[in-house]
Amino acid sequence: MNDIVTAIRTVPLEHYVMLSFVLFSIGMAGAMFRRNTIIVLMCLELMFNSVNLLLTAFSAHYGDPGGQVFVFFIMLVAAAEVTVGLAIVVMMKRNVDSVDINQLNRMRG
Amino acid sequence: MDFQQLAHIAWLVPALPLFGALVIAALRNKLKGNTAGYLATAMTSIAFVIALLAFIAHKPAEQASALVHLFNWIDIPGMEVAMDLRIDALSLTMMLIVTGIGSLIHMYSISYMHDDKRVNTFFALLNLFSFAMLMLVMGGNFLVTFIGWEGVGLCSYLLIGFWYTVPAYNYAARKAFVMNRIGDLGFLIALVMIATQFGTLDYGTVMDKSSTVSTGSPWITAVTLLLFVGAIGKSAQLPLFTWLPDAMAGPTPVSALIHAATMVTAGIFLLVRSSALFALAPITMEVVLIVGLLTAVLTATIGVFQNDIKKVLAYSTVSQLGLMFVALGLGAYSAAMFHVTTHAFFKALLFLGAGSVIHALGGEQDIRKMGGLKGITKTTYVTFLIGTLAIAGIPGFSGFFSKDAILMAAYQEHPLLYAATLGVSLLTCFYMFRLLFLTFFGTYRGKAHAHESPSVMTVPLMVLAVGSVVAGVLNLPHIFGGHETMKHYLETAAEGIYGEHLHLSAATEWMLMGITVGLIVLVIWYAHGRFVKKTTLDAEADELPYFKRLIARKWYIDELYAKLFEKPYGWLSTQLDAIMEKRVVDGAVNFTGSSTMRIGKLVRRVQTGNMSFYLLAMVVGIIGFLMLTIWGV
Repeated sequence: MNDIVTAIRTVPLEHYVMLSFVLFSIGMAGAMFRRNTIIVLMCLELMFNSVNLLLTAFSAHYGDPGGQVFVFFIMLVAAAEVTVGLAIVVMMKRNVDSVDINQLNRMRG
Repeated sequence: MDFQQLAHIAWLVPALPLFGALVIAALRNKLKGNTAGYLATAMTSIAFVIALLAFIAHKPAEQASALVHLFNWIDIPGMEVAMDLRIDALSLTMMLIVTGIGSLIHMYSISYMHDDKRVNTFFALLNLFSFAMLMLVMGGNFLVTFIGWEGVGLCSYLLIGFWYTVPAYNYAARKAFVMNRIGDLGFLIALVMIATQFGTLDYGTVMDKSSTVSTGSPWITAVTLLLFVGAIGKSAQLPLFTWLPDAMAGPTPVSALIHAATMVTAGIFLLVRSSALFALAPITMEVVLIVGLLTAVLTATIGVFQNDIKKVLAYSTVSQLGLMFVALGLGAYSAAMFHVTTHAFFKALLFLGAGSVIHALGGEQDIRKMGGLKGITKTTYVTFLIGTLAIAGIPGFSGFFSKDAILMAAYQEHPLLYAATLGVSLLTCFYMFRLLFLTFFGTYRGKAHAHESPSVMTVPLMVLAVGSVVAGVLNLPHIFGGHETMKHYLETAAEGIYGEHLHLSAATEWMLMGITVGLIVLVIWYAHGRFVKKTTLDAEADELPYFKRLIARKWYIDELYAKLFEKPYGWLSTQLDAIMEKRVVDGAVNFTGSSTMRIGKLVRRVQTGNMSFYLLAMVVGIIGFLMLTIWGV
């Protein structure tokens, strides 16, 4: 266990922050601008995991296991969320024969 | 049973009519025929018996009054009001009048209202009225009296508008109610003032503590004036008298009971009850005297030109009440109460007699279409004649003694006052004999078939006729060998009566009586010549010459009120409707609705339905919040 923590610490903290910022931005851009619902879901996952990465890195650097415990919870919730999300995609495909997210605009005021 | 025991069951006196009212009201769809009438009559009759027993057992020398404590009503720091009944000479006198004459009128109503569809409702209301009136006279403090005061007002309203399908009757009922409300407000303010000054409303305590108030202080003047305003409303005095003649829209027994014998005397009762307060307010006494005199004169003149049999009696009632207030204003409390008593007898008799005539003629009330009924309705004629003789003040009849007491008190104050009250008496005499002659003498001028009323109606007439004759002995003055029994009896209840003494010599009294009687006979002779020898019928009010028309149109007082109050009030209402209602109230409500719509129209554009836009908005929002927390604002 200590080996992993030491391994993580070999990379400076700034690099982790930069990497997760890039990952998060990619995910956010994808979620905002892609039309394919499956891709949007994948982008959401990307954003989750960028946050997870950041949590793990800080946890290791500051020697606080709390961050890593948090990551497990996030992964659990993300799994449940993906289940629901994919179910929605399936229903969408069945109903409108498309996975274009702009089809879901019936709530327009 | 002795007085103390009877006082303990005195609560039955108002409770029985209340019970009757509730039972009849609950079963009003079930009771058939005359059941409701018999039940209602029984209730008031039993109450009368209890009141009579209490009166017989009452020995004022031993125990002047009994306070019956029923329960605590209002119990807050600094103010305690109990549901108390006060049994003393004054309340016993009024109880006997209300239950005694009340049961006779109940009995009479059984036949009079026989054909009415809502006869059960009628008797429920009549019993409810008896209850309220008894609470009024038996109340041990001002607030219990006030319950009855409001109760009789309500019953009066409901019974005037009893035949509610006629719009005019509804207007009359509403008029009576509104006029009474003005008076009630005065009464209520007086109660608040008394309560804040003395911390209690109990009659005994207030009268005891009243000695701490200095005579003629602004406070006592204001309180007594406000109490008098209450009396003005209830007893139909100037300027609030116009409701009483219109109140004749109600069934005739109602006119007899409420608007002649009992309710309208509540104002006089109230003044006698609080005589200790009025004794301290000379200015108020002057006002009472002036108002009473003006009312008496004004309404007596109007009575001369009325052609509706009930309207004549109504104006006569207002006029007689005015005379009673003259007596009160002079401090002659016992004279006023004496006249209340005798007036209850003969005015109830006259109203029931008028009802019998109306019944006999199938609803005709115009005396110009009557005449010659003397031979057809014999009992009614004889009893009506007795009533007329009594109210006119023919020696020997009760009205003579009671009116004479007022005239003497007036003469003692000032001969001019005597002349004015004498004038009222003569006018009373004139219009009453005009009524009598036009109704019963001459030839029949109507078309409807006339018949005598059944005995259930004539028996009360006979009883009341006997009462109208003999009630005078209740307070027989000294010069006729009497002892002024009623005055000495009432002295035990109302402090003010102690100060009331007649200082006239016997010779003066005889002379004044001679003048009065002589003039009355002259007036009767004149009326006889005018209405029997050659029947002079008055035309409609509008066709009369100027001065007569002025009086026949009731001095245009109704029109004056319409101009002074109704029109400005109507104008104000229209204006308020246009400004307050349409603009302010409606505007506020409509603005709420329309602005919500407008904001909705504006905000709905945000809901594009575009997922990406929502996400963008979310991100922008989060970044905005972050910047806010980082840099702060």
